[in-house]
Amino acid sequence: MTEMIKRFGPGLGGFFIALVALWIIGMVLAPNLMMLNFSLKPMLFPNDIGGPKDVYTVENYTALFGDRVHRAIFLKTVWGSGLVMLATLAITYPLAFWMAKVATIRGARAMLIALIIPFWINEVLRTLAWFIILSFNGPLNAFLLSIGLIDAPVRWQGDFGVLAGMVYAYILFMLFPIYNSISTLETAQLEAAKNLGASTWRIHRRIVIPHAKAGIATGCVFTFMLAAGSYVAPALLGSPGSRWFTEIIYNWFFEGGNWNRGAAYALVLLVLCMAVVMVTLKIFRVNLADVAK
Amino acid sequence: MSHSVELIDVEQAFGDVKAVHHFSAHIAGGEFFSILGPSGCGKTTLLRLIAGFTEPTAGRVLIGDKDMAGIPADRRPTAMIFQSLALFPLMPVWENIAFGLEARGVPKAQRRKRAEELLELIALPGYGTRMVHELSGGQRQRVAIARALAVEPQVLLLDEPLSALDLKLRQHMRAELRALQKRTGVTFIYITHDQSEALAMSDRVAVMNAGVLQQIATPQELYANPATPFTARFVGETNGIIGTVRGLEAGLATLTTAEGRFTGRAGAGLEDGERASIFIRPEAMALSRIALPNSLSARAVSLEYEGASAMLRAVSEHGQELLATVPNRQLGEAPQAGEQIWLSFQPEEALILSEKGAAA
Amino acid sequence: MTMTSPVTARPAARPVKALDRLSRALPKLLFIAYLTLFLAYLFLPLIIMSAATFNTSKFPTVTPWLGTTMGWFQELWNDKAMWKALWLSLGIGLAVVAFALPVGTAAALFLTSLDARARGIFYAVMVSPLLTPGVAIGIATLILWRQAGIGGGTFLIVLAQATFITAYVMLMVVARLQRFDRAQEEAALGLGASKWMIFRRVLLPFLKPALIAAAFIAFLQSFENYNTTLFVRGTDTPLTVYIATKVRTGLTPAVNALALILIALTIVTALVMELNRRRKEGGRKEG
Ligand SMILES: Nc1ncnc2c1ncn2[C@@H]1O[C@H](COP(=O)(O)OP(=O)(O)OP(=O)(O)O)[C@@H](O)[C@H]1O
Ligand SMILES: [Mg+2]
Repeated sequence: MTEMIKRFGPGLGGFFIALVALWIIGMVLAPNLMMLNFSLKPMLFPNDIGGPKDVYTVENYTALFGDRVHRAIFLKTVWGSGLVMLATLAITYPLAFWMAKVATIRGARAMLIALIIPFWINEVLRTLAWFIILSFNGPLNAFLLSIGLIDAPVRWQGDFGVLAGMVYAYILFMLFPIYNSISTLETAQLEAAKNLGASTWRIHRRIVIPHAKAGIATGCVFTFMLAAGSYVAPALLGSPGSRWFTEIIYNWFFEGGNWNRGAAYALVLLVLCMAVVMVTLKIFRVNLADVAK
Repeated sequence: MSHSVELIDVEQAFGDVKAVHHFSAHIAGGEFFSILGPSGCGKTTLLRLIAGFTEPTAGRVLIGDKDMAGIPADRRPTAMIFQSLALFPLMPVWENIAFGLEARGVPKAQRRKRAEELLELIALPGYGTRMVHELSGGQRQRVAIARALAVEPQVLLLDEPLSALDLKLRQHMRAELRALQKRTGVTFIYITHDQSEALAMSDRVAVMNAGVLQQIATPQELYANPATPFTARFVGETNGIIGTVRGLEAGLATLTTAEGRFTGRAGAGLEDGERASIFIRPEAMALSRIALPNSLSARAVSLEYEGASAMLRAVSEHGQELLATVPNRQLGEAPQAGEQIWLSFQPEEALILSEKGAAA
Repeated sequence: MTMTSPVTARPAARPVKALDRLSRALPKLLFIAYLTLFLAYLFLPLIIMSAATFNTSKFPTVTPWLGTTMGWFQELWNDKAMWKALWLSLGIGLAVVAFALPVGTAAALFLTSLDARARGIFYAVMVSPLLTPGVAIGIATLILWRQAGIGGGTFLIVLAQATFITAYVMLMVVARLQRFDRAQEEAALGLGASKWMIFRRVLLPFLKPALIAAAFIAFLQSFENYNTTLFVRGTDTPLTVYIATKVRTGLTPAVNALALILIALTIVTALVMELNRRRKEGGRKEG
């Protein structure tokens, strides 16, 4: 604080501190605390606020775990997001390794540009692409019918569609961090290991993966968080029977009209994501600064 | 005549660590004054509080007889050249040089003109539009000096500006710096941990160890009459043998050591009976194959040829390592490794200094 | 065992060798297959989506192909709601950049002026919006401002998006600051520069490349945001919301035309940036 004033003078330094305070207090801390406060209150009519019914309660939280349907959807969201995370990890790891260590510089560079293009394109559009592909009379069914793999069109929309769309939408959030961390590995280390007779599997398990753990952790944290918090994919690619947790939250706000309960649900989602962050950091033994790059 | 700098009992503490203790010195206007000491002894700290980047925790700094307390760096008549140079990489050379003028609101045309003059002074005419990364190490050095001189400082503070250069360039820049100082008449306070640099350039040198001032003297005086054992060991090569003072008489003292009894000049404040060391420069050591007064018996270890002379390394029977310079014309009679020899010296060429104050 | 007669060994050797070669080439073949599949997976959906723009079919698809048309561009051009949504998104993006750039920079400078312990705590708070689901950020912002009587709309969209986009800017500026030599600031100070001049002439030019990149990322993040926006939009409709609503209420290939244009813009931007990078690198080599 005093260091800021000393470095930039009272005018500029004070201005910077004010901006930081505005952001941290006004936009990060206050909204979340207000949401917490809100989630611990029952839904009230405006004239009941401050009255005898305005008391703290955990009812909004117990409601989530008391409701069988909501609980099931929550659990499905957790494991579905985990599945998206694992699928993206499995799909991207070989490519990340190839780009970082095997491909020529030109090859890797070209690949990188090619990948950046879908990465920069809107999540909504990326999901829309899958909406078109998976539609009942769409290209996927047409293709499978034409090669005779299926006899009648399949209804892809539902849990399958949602997960497929999410893997597609978030795959690059896994690829880029892993690629970045593998690129910093000295190629000489791999050659030394090979020279000592280590198998491919052992080289990856003992050298590449430990080196890339910060990147892997980053990818896992982000894909999980994005999947669990996704709204577009379930809304566009799901079916009535495949609701996602964010859709319930949305309904509490804009259809059910119970913001307090919606706030509680949103907080549960937030806590879930924070817990995943903590556990991932613990498992990979990395710290926050390695992840947020 | 440029400003003098007066340090009165200056002290700087970082938490519990005292980087500078009770430091007092008077630096005359127009003097080339060096501060010499090993890495981490507090040299940069001292310079930064003269420049005004930090305020001393105690004591006073006077520049041109004016107390600098509370006056920040941008309003002191000093300019500093940093250990890392800290040139601005995104500005062309001339803008770097004219930066201080820009800060003073000098119009652009005038700034440009002044920059060209300074480029002339540092022998880099026509380099104004280059970028910093297009210069060699020595050229960057000179640009940093020009940038500091552009604001016409009374006192120039230089923090090991030559340490990043290779030996040849360093020796060349020494001479240039010295000439530049003479030409501009600015007071230079020059920091270095390289004793040959300090001896070669300075009017006077302050030797510093662990934040404590050891001695201020001219280079010749420093070499011939070091005031403390630290200075004796740090400046030039020397042989130091520890013992106890036994007898003081007419400026000479006798020291009993594990190697025998020796006589030498008594340093200031030496007392009978105290712990002290005798210091003999290698060039004061004479080689013989028989015992003489004031001599040590030793076994030759190696002879290193250094061009103008050779350095004999020997070890006494008690394990004391000894150095002696062998002039080229005596190389023919130099001892073989393993040969038993005697090293002797004249009492006037040896100095006995108390070890008591060394801890302070 | 090694003494097998050469007569019997020779015919057997050939198939073994071929198999051996195959097994050595197999990983490579498998990898090529994997790479092809991956690229197809990544690009086919985009290609199909784009191609559907030219199909006369009212529902966007490529099967069956009913006939080729450019008419959907015309329809898109005439869609007033689309234009309104586009301008709104552009405006929001600029507002977010205008907010996130100074605040993110201030936050990065603030972090570097802290001691290690405090830095760790503030860092965690500052990056937390990146690790929180977008819907939670939207909801928290909505709830807070409702207390002040301000409902969803453009103002809250900017605020909610800036909450996490500022963190991106902060991270990018911190990365650049790590390579800044603070002695430059002291040198400038020692030459008599004011704090403001040091900031304007020394620090800001140094941060410029990072700030340009951060502005680009911030705009992109804002432009494509959906999750956070959805909760704070009130009745305002930025482009992403417009597209998603279209999908549910009456998707026509006009939306595909929009997608195609955005994809083309992205490709052009990526190529321009790459060429720019190459030119710079080439220049450095010569210099
Ligand atoms: N800001 C600070 N906070 C705490 N300790 C410091 C600080 N600056 C310097 N020190 C300590 O003060 C002592 C002297 O440091 P200083 O930089 O003055 O050394 P120096 O003589 O210039 O060394 P060198 O020749 O390596 O540059 C060191 O022990 C250093 O660790
Ligand atoms: Mg130093």
